[in-house]
Amino acid sequence: MGLEVEISGLKLNNPTVLASGILGVSRKMIERVIDNGAGAVTIKSISYEGREGHNNPTVISMENGLMNAVGYSNPGAEESSKEFSGLNDMKAPVIASVIGQETGDFVKVVKALEKCGFSALEVPLSCPHTPGFGTLAGQDTPEKTGEITKAVCSATDLPVFVKLSPNTKNIGEVAMAAERAGASGITAVNTMGPGMVINIEARKPVLAFGVGGISGPALKPVAVRCVYDVYESVRIPVIGTGGVTNGRDAIEMIMAGASCVGIGSAVYYRGIDVFRKICAEMEEWMKKNGYKNIEEMVGAAHG
Amino acid sequence: MAEIPEMVKINRIVRENSDTRTFFFGEKMEITPGQFLMVWVPGLGEKPFSVSYMGEETGITVFRRGKFTERLFSMKKGDIIGVRGPYGNGFGIKDNACVVGGGCGIAPLGPLIEKLDDPLVIIGAKSSDGLIFSKRFAGAKIATDDGSSGFHGFTTDLLEKVIRNRRFGMVYACGPEIMMKRVFDMCEENGTECQVSLERYVKCGFGICGHCDIDGFMICKDGPVFCSYQLRQMKSFGSRAKLKSGKKVSVAEYAGWRCR
Repeated sequence: MGLEVEISGLKLNNPTVLASGILGVSRKMIERVIDNGAGAVTIKSISYEGREGHNNPTVISMENGLMNAVGYSNPGAEESSKEFSGLNDMKAPVIASVIGQETGDFVKVVKALEKCGFSALEVPLSCPHTPGFGTLAGQDTPEKTGEITKAVCSATDLPVFVKLSPNTKNIGEVAMAAERAGASGITAVNTMGPGMVINIEARKPVLAFGVGGISGPALKPVAVRCVYDVYESVRIPVIGTGGVTNGRDAIEMIMAGASCVGIGSAVYYRGIDVFRKICAEMEEWMKKNGYKNIEEMVGAAHG
Repeated sequence: MAEIPEMVKINRIVRENSDTRTFFFGEKMEITPGQFLMVWVPGLGEKPFSVSYMGEETGITVFRRGKFTERLFSMKKGDIIGVRGPYGNGFGIKDNACVVGGGCGIAPLGPLIEKLDDPLVIIGAKSSDGLIFSKRFAGAKIATDDGSSGFHGFTTDLLEKVIRNRRFGMVYACGPEIMMKRVFDMCEENGTECQVSLERYVKCGFGICGHCDIDGFMICKDGPVFCSYQLRQMKSFGSRAKLKSGKKVSVAEYAGWRCR
């Protein structure tokens, strides 16, 4: 029995993938995540120019999930290309997350990062809390998704994963637009919302930006449904992301149609070694239920 | 489990010196010396502060250095501020200790000193009017840069003299990063273990955003207290720190930026 998976040419020792925006800020940190069992890692999103992001509080924990409005803080493409150089030595594939306001901005970032040794690119067109980007800039429509995906795919030979929003009315249509434009895979989904938490004693929203994207257990059923819909709509593989916290969640996501699973907020709930823990739980469940590999479970809930 | 700021009342404010005040909250919290709180001023921001008093009252000792602390200084007894935490690991307790605090760096060391069995304490500042907790720890050795009180020189100069004649089980330090680096280097040469409390720009406070990363260690989760074997792995210790965007700059530039 094995947990190995292959997705768009990437070979992973197991299906857990560090989601973008969690821990992926430095080479040392992603090495540590890989040492803790991640099958692949996605770095924090990079824009061409550096960004300070929103003020604190930027991340809070609620009863059933996390809410964040970090606002895409990052040191910019040039700094990042220095931080993440020589990634070919890494023990697992490293995926770059590339963001932009205009279509051409994405291409500029792709070019700036091209010598780093990334194994794939992820293009999130779905952030719900950063003006000028993602859903707040309409990048989540089928038209805009197609346009940006096409531009990124023409600028690179690497596999391109397009990360979609759970808030989109028909996520299958957006996935199809990405597939038609040349995407190698879909990451489903980004955080949902935005939502808001108000501190009633302070009479103010807690997040400095006011609203934020919701992740963690609260997002999971929405993410599972989105992955299910995307799997029905496209042939390219899916990285199922959203609230996966344990082995059973991961298998649920895989049965919905994911070839591998994004892990983000679970780092908060179970620590940085959550990757290893989830893998052990998946193996145990698979052994008990007679599954020999991940592939035979992908999309098992369909039909 | 929810971790959003809880509003607490400021019970009293103690003036430590012209630029440093201690704010006490009524709440009793389960805290290990060295841990920190994320303090929220609605509409302005949220920043980490080490706990400087624990027990029936919880206190943070704040040095005025920028917009955020300026606002804290304008607050009065009875005002409310947001607090979440405590976060981080805190100090590990070891016997036969020497504790070195430079400037406001004495803040997290306060509750540690109270837990230790008869430690040798060194408190330093630029000059005598900048000393903090010199009455709270009356037996402490004092060092001032200008010689206006106690030993004339840096805390590290005094530590160097002390360490030559006595072998400590642990040296604890907090202060400007350049001072902590000097303490660490001195302890390495001397073969003495040390623990220092580092500072970086913190966002989430609970180990997921990664912003406070120093060479793979998270200040908010793995730290803020780091021991010798961890410090040996940190190339950026004493040299580089990240701005809000994640851009790496010299610790001097970082320190200047934090005072905005």
